[in-house]
Amino acid sequence: MAFVPGSAAPDIDEIRKCVHCGICLPQCPTYRVLGEEMDSPRGRIYLMRAAAEGRVGLTETFQRHIDLCLGCRACETACPSGVRFGSLLEATRAQLRRSRSPARRRLLEAFVFSVFPEPVRLGLVLAAFKLYKRSGLRALGRASGALRRLPSLAAMEALLDDVPAAIPMPEVVPACGRLAGRVGLLTGCVQRHLYPHVNRDTARLLSLAGFEVVIPRGQGCCGALELHAGRPEAHAARARALAPAFPADLDFIVTNAAGCGAAMKEYGHRIPELAPFAGRVRDVTEVLAGADLRLGPLDLTVTYHDACHLVHGQRVRHEPRQLLGRIPGLRLVELGDSELCCGSAGVYNLLEPEMARELLDEKLARIAETGARVVAAANPGCLLQIAWGCRERGLDVAIVHPVELLARAADAYQD
Amino acid sequence: MPLSGPFLQELERIVGASGLVRTLEGRLVYECDMHTFYKGAPDAVALPTRTEEVVEIVNLCRRERVPIVPRGSGTGLIGGAMAPVGGVMIGTNRMDAILEIDLPNRCATVQPGLINLSLTQAVASRGYFFAPDPSSQMVSSIGGNVATNAGGPHCLKYGITANHILGLELVTGAGELVRLGGTAVDRPGYDLLGAAVGSEGTFGIVTAVTVRLLHAAEAVKTILASFTAIEDASEAVSAIIAAGIVPAALEMLDELMIRAINEGTGAGYPKDAAAVLLIELDGPAAEVEAQGERAARICWERGALEVRVAADAAERALLWKGRKEAAGAVGRLAPTYLLQDAVVPRSKLPAIMRELIAIGARHRVQIANVFHAGDGNLHPLILYDDREPDQLARAKAANEELLRACIEMGGTVTGEHGVGLDKAKNLPLQYGEADLNFMYRLRRAFDPDSIMNPGKLLPSHPACGEGFRPARPRVPDGAWI
Repeated sequence: MAFVPGSAAPDIDEIRKCVHCGICLPQCPTYRVLGEEMDSPRGRIYLMRAAAEGRVGLTETFQRHIDLCLGCRACETACPSGVRFGSLLEATRAQLRRSRSPARRRLLEAFVFSVFPEPVRLGLVLAAFKLYKRSGLRALGRASGALRRLPSLAAMEALLDDVPAAIPMPEVVPACGRLAGRVGLLTGCVQRHLYPHVNRDTARLLSLAGFEVVIPRGQGCCGALELHAGRPEAHAARARALAPAFPADLDFIVTNAAGCGAAMKEYGHRIPELAPFAGRVRDVTEVLAGADLRLGPLDLTVTYHDACHLVHGQRVRHEPRQLLGRIPGLRLVELGDSELCCGSAGVYNLLEPEMARELLDEKLARIAETGARVVAAANPGCLLQIAWGCRERGLDVAIVHPVELLARAADAYQD
Repeated sequence: MPLSGPFLQELERIVGASGLVRTLEGRLVYECDMHTFYKGAPDAVALPTRTEEVVEIVNLCRRERVPIVPRGSGTGLIGGAMAPVGGVMIGTNRMDAILEIDLPNRCATVQPGLINLSLTQAVASRGYFFAPDPSSQMVSSIGGNVATNAGGPHCLKYGITANHILGLELVTGAGELVRLGGTAVDRPGYDLLGAAVGSEGTFGIVTAVTVRLLHAAEAVKTILASFTAIEDASEAVSAIIAAGIVPAALEMLDELMIRAINEGTGAGYPKDAAAVLLIELDGPAAEVEAQGERAARICWERGALEVRVAADAAERALLWKGRKEAAGAVGRLAPTYLLQDAVVPRSKLPAIMRELIAIGARHRVQIANVFHAGDGNLHPLILYDDREPDQLARAKAANEELLRACIEMGGTVTGEHGVGLDKAKNLPLQYGEADLNFMYRLRRAFDPDSIMNPGKLLPSHPACGEGFRPARPRVPDGAWI
């Protein structure tokens, strides 16, 4: 057996649930781009099985096929046998981290994981970036060609257009009208620094819907990025720290970042004592879909992109569309292949910029077909990625979180 | 049979480095299709994008006497797209373009790797569809459908793949690029198209397919009827056909299958039923309405628990999603299974169901059933755990017994999945020596050196007959056939 035995090895019974039917193939972004079985879910599961049976080692080639997976979990939605591919992938990545990894990637990962899941450090890095941009260094950086030699850094640089000013949030936002419940709000890492207004709008809408919103200070990262990168120990430590930051008597823990929500809803899979906490996690659209919101008209044509970890990870497909459909005057046009990953995939666009680019181009082409001027997506990674693509292509399209549209519609009603 | 360095270099020159898979890891994932029982990794996988590349590959392989295995999406159920003796696998999945859509003449020309459903999706908004609808249609390729002459639920009314193929561009095993058939209604000369459809890659490799497109019916009605006994459902099937109704599809599923489907697809089939019939009627609205009522009445008369009509397109799609993903959902019941594809005359359906239950009990195996009841085409899934050798042996015994029972009732060894490696040995049950020899000679006319998909479709250890011997002594002993 090529896998190191122990709890971190992929579950062989889960692997064996795959009956090799191939229904996942056309739904897999990397298979669509590359057209190779080993870069498909069926192929990757087959490789995991071969490794578990000792037929292949954890070779560089093996690792390449696993690294190239976005972890979008579209295959899970497609799979009639219910193979939990995401957890197999996490376990396989954890195994690979125990063996060697190319030095360059290791360095990059070390940087990414020492910054992204640490809200304070991320804030510092982003502040430095702001300086870089405004001081004219950015023009120099781009002109010098230095970025071209470092594709991941270039991707990171290009993704960030600007860093908005922070929006201070109170610890408690009282409910408007009759109390519907008490909820906690996860402010996230990337979300809080790059999309603080999404957090503000989320809290406002929840309050308008009758929820008292508790926003604990000092809440950390959910650990999703680390889980997806095969760092289960770091993920577990963050999960154990995050859960107690929220009072135990909250009705729901609300997230507005699909990646965080999917990871938190699955805390119980790895850490049984966190199952009750995980059971209370909801995406903001799930909570608002059942609430009484008074929305005024918005004269907009909008299309909706399904964030992978919302549609595939949490199976939330209907609620965001239903909410947008409730805004008077808003025309919702379906996006072709809306469930196909945009290439962001957490930090994938930094680690695998070429594949990410291919998928982004595909997504932009579909967006252009809709004729919509606004794209809504419920995850900060997608917002960054698609906005970057539109900027680069000169597409006159605004990229927003659905709650931004709902908040504007709520304002329009109050007017 | 490892391939030589110069051979691989030449192959790489043809398809480029990105079109050639040589790593152990890469070759391994191509070692089987959906029939995972049969494994055989190719020595290399070529992923061409153009017909010219395919011609060059075949000529190269012919020169070096290297076997070729064509593969589409790898969803076959007969061990057709695996390499029992190695060689070069040609994956057509990167040749997936729609070359031409000609709606006035109701046809389209596509590359073989195009996914079946993609064609219907491309013409649906204009009111057309491609009729062959194997359950794998959301992933299987049209080239693969042609190779196996695939069926599907709607073949009951619309016919099998062969009825919808107008022309083929084929690179024969001799490396010639030939065009078979065409869009004319009555073509002069031999009907080579008819011979090539269903030849499972043993004649050559298809590089373009001209298909018939049909105009969508005015009305569609999908009825779900549930029964407390599978015999009642079988009799309802016979009665519907006897009443002169030709449903677009008439499918039956048993209790075990219903459970897997409900868990796996959320299709919402009735939980307490022993059998479910899925009846679809299409055509002019008035006719569909009248036939729907008659079919429902027949189901009630045969003791149906519930007869439900899909309220809208979304509900219809969900009912079909359940049916089409049935085989994929079986992973919830057992890690491995043998999937049978035998056929009995429609009138024997109740009898074969009784026999099937008895066989399952005799061999102590669980059997889940899904079948194209209207065609008498059975798909029993015999469940086993491949870690238990005893279970596999019992499953195989049950499988063979079932097949023989079907033949004895006047049926055939395969309905729509094809022969492949799995059923080549069963062909003598159905054909005489002269029949088989004639098939060997036909195969040789297309593939003189027996390089195309060796070991598939025709039995490999015949008793006699000149057609069974390798045509050229240069073929190494035991390499193939």
